[in-house]
Amino acid sequence: MDKKEALINYCLRLGDTSLILGQRMAEWCSNGPILEEDIAMTNLALDLIGQARTMLTYAGELEGNGRSEDDLAYGREEREYYNTLLSERPNGHFGETISRNFLHDAYLYHLYAALKNSKDEMIAAHAAKSLKEVTYHLRHSSEWMVRLGDGTEESHNKVQQAINDLWEYTGDLFEMNEVDNLLINEGIAVDMNTVKQAWDNTVNEVLTRAAIQRPEDAYMHSGRLNAVHSEYLGHIIAEMQFLHRAYPDATW
Amino acid sequence: MEDIKKLEEFQAKIDADLKIEPKDWMPEEYRTHLQRQISQHAHSEVIGMQPEGNWISRAPSLRSKVVLLAKIQDEAGHGQYLYSAAETLGKSRDEYLEELHSGKAKYSSIFNYPTLTWADIGAVGWLVDGAAIVNQVSLQRTSYGPYSRAMVRICKEESFHQRQGYEIMATCALGTPEQKKMAQDALNRFWWPSLMMFGPHDSESAHTANAMKWRIKRETNDELRDKFIQKTVQQAEVIGLTVPDPDLKWNEADGRYEYGEINWDEFWNVVKGNGPCNKQRMRHHIKAHEDGTWVREAAIAYAEKQKSKQLVA
Ligand SMILES: [Fe+2]
Ligand SMILES: [Fe+2]
Repeated sequence: MDKKEALINYCLRLGDTSLILGQRMAEWCSNGPILEEDIAMTNLALDLIGQARTMLTYAGELEGNGRSEDDLAYGREEREYYNTLLSERPNGHFGETISRNFLHDAYLYHLYAALKNSKDEMIAAHAAKSLKEVTYHLRHSSEWMVRLGDGTEESHNKVQQAINDLWEYTGDLFEMNEVDNLLINEGIAVDMNTVKQAWDNTVNEVLTRAAIQRPEDAYMHSGRLNAVHSEYLGHIIAEMQFLHRAYPDATW
Repeated sequence: MEDIKKLEEFQAKIDADLKIEPKDWMPEEYRTHLQRQISQHAHSEVIGMQPEGNWISRAPSLRSKVVLLAKIQDEAGHGQYLYSAAETLGKSRDEYLEELHSGKAKYSSIFNYPTLTWADIGAVGWLVDGAAIVNQVSLQRTSYGPYSRAMVRICKEESFHQRQGYEIMATCALGTPEQKKMAQDALNRFWWPSLMMFGPHDSESAHTANAMKWRIKRETNDELRDKFIQKTVQQAEVIGLTVPDPDLKWNEADGRYEYGEINWDEFWNVVKGNGPCNKQRMRHHIKAHEDGTWVREAAIAYAEKQKSKQLVA
């Protein structure tokens, strides 16, 4: 593996994660508990798809074979997607979505905060721009965590259960392999152990305010780094790619 | 006696093109007419999110996905402004939603048609938003202040929607044979329902006379429909699509298109609940609302806890 290959993979991780979480958030359209939340969740989807476009475009440029953002989004199969396992978890009820997003927003927030100083200019600029968006996302999900955690008994139980169920997908967020090692040496990527510490602090702080117990770390799933996913991803991308696959000669 | 004088003053204001504001005196019929019309308008914006939302996950490019998401977000925002305008007439959003769920309040029948292909998303933007603009431009001068101001904000966004929809349609119409077929099929299915959006003929419309006298409406259903047809037929021709009206022809002498009659049986059928998606749309909206009950309750409970904490402190 050389630096270019590593960097392409790193971009796909970021781009795919935003794309899949964005696709999930778009599923909320017309299903929110109030109109204002429909608007807010559409906004999250918009930001996330926008982030995906930047990173997939960059990955295509680095690759140098003329692949566009759409070629990468619509032309790859699930074993070529590098998104986090957490991002593909189903929306479930509103509390499950908020819990998933909260754990994920805190992750992206600290990841981008660190990547803003990346030696790769594109990554640094992308991180700086995305950080602004994710700051808002994290505020949105944190506020709902507290409201639901400290709302009614029903809402508290629902969110506690959701956090318990999602916890086993949080280990995957921070795993590293030779891509990370190579890019950390180049000053491009960041050490996920540092991100994990910051993430722990944010998660602990918000869960305490929400009166939600932090689950014990137990078995953690992994797969992101090797593009090994849950069954859910195949359905997400099959739906997303349907027109491209049905009409390979068409442009839209 | 008092009321007659007030009514005269009210009508004089309308005739002088002054706006009626929430705190002003207004006849009860004016209030209920506006409550019905504005809430119906708000419900339409919100129910319209369903047929368009149907294609977000399948949008054929990331750019088109973003454009569609942004459009639907705009529509939700329109719903929000319009509910606010309707609330100034003394009913809450919750009450309006109850009326929607009970079937007392209506929304535009156009959203009871399904979006079956990607070209339908083009047709909705081009024709449905196109028809909505014609109506809404006219409503910018409506006599009720909050409604008029909501329309001014909304119109700015609607013209983007129409252009983006036309762009999708044009891309399909000028694309591969399959794409062109898709575009023509979408136009075939959406043309007549779009014309029906303007409502029945003026002679058949129960509310037109009062609405005109009070300047809630500034132009009649038939006048608005005609405006829409005149500008849209040409746009179809430009991209090589055929408007599915065998009676449509250019009248050289008058410099305008002549057109055929709407199938009013279909119109009334859909209004009465027998359109392809009436039940689906309502069930969807009610389910989302009911699924959200525990969330809204939690938000209220949390806000109350915070308030009592502040009182103690
Ligand atoms: Fe609208
Ligand atoms: Fe619109």
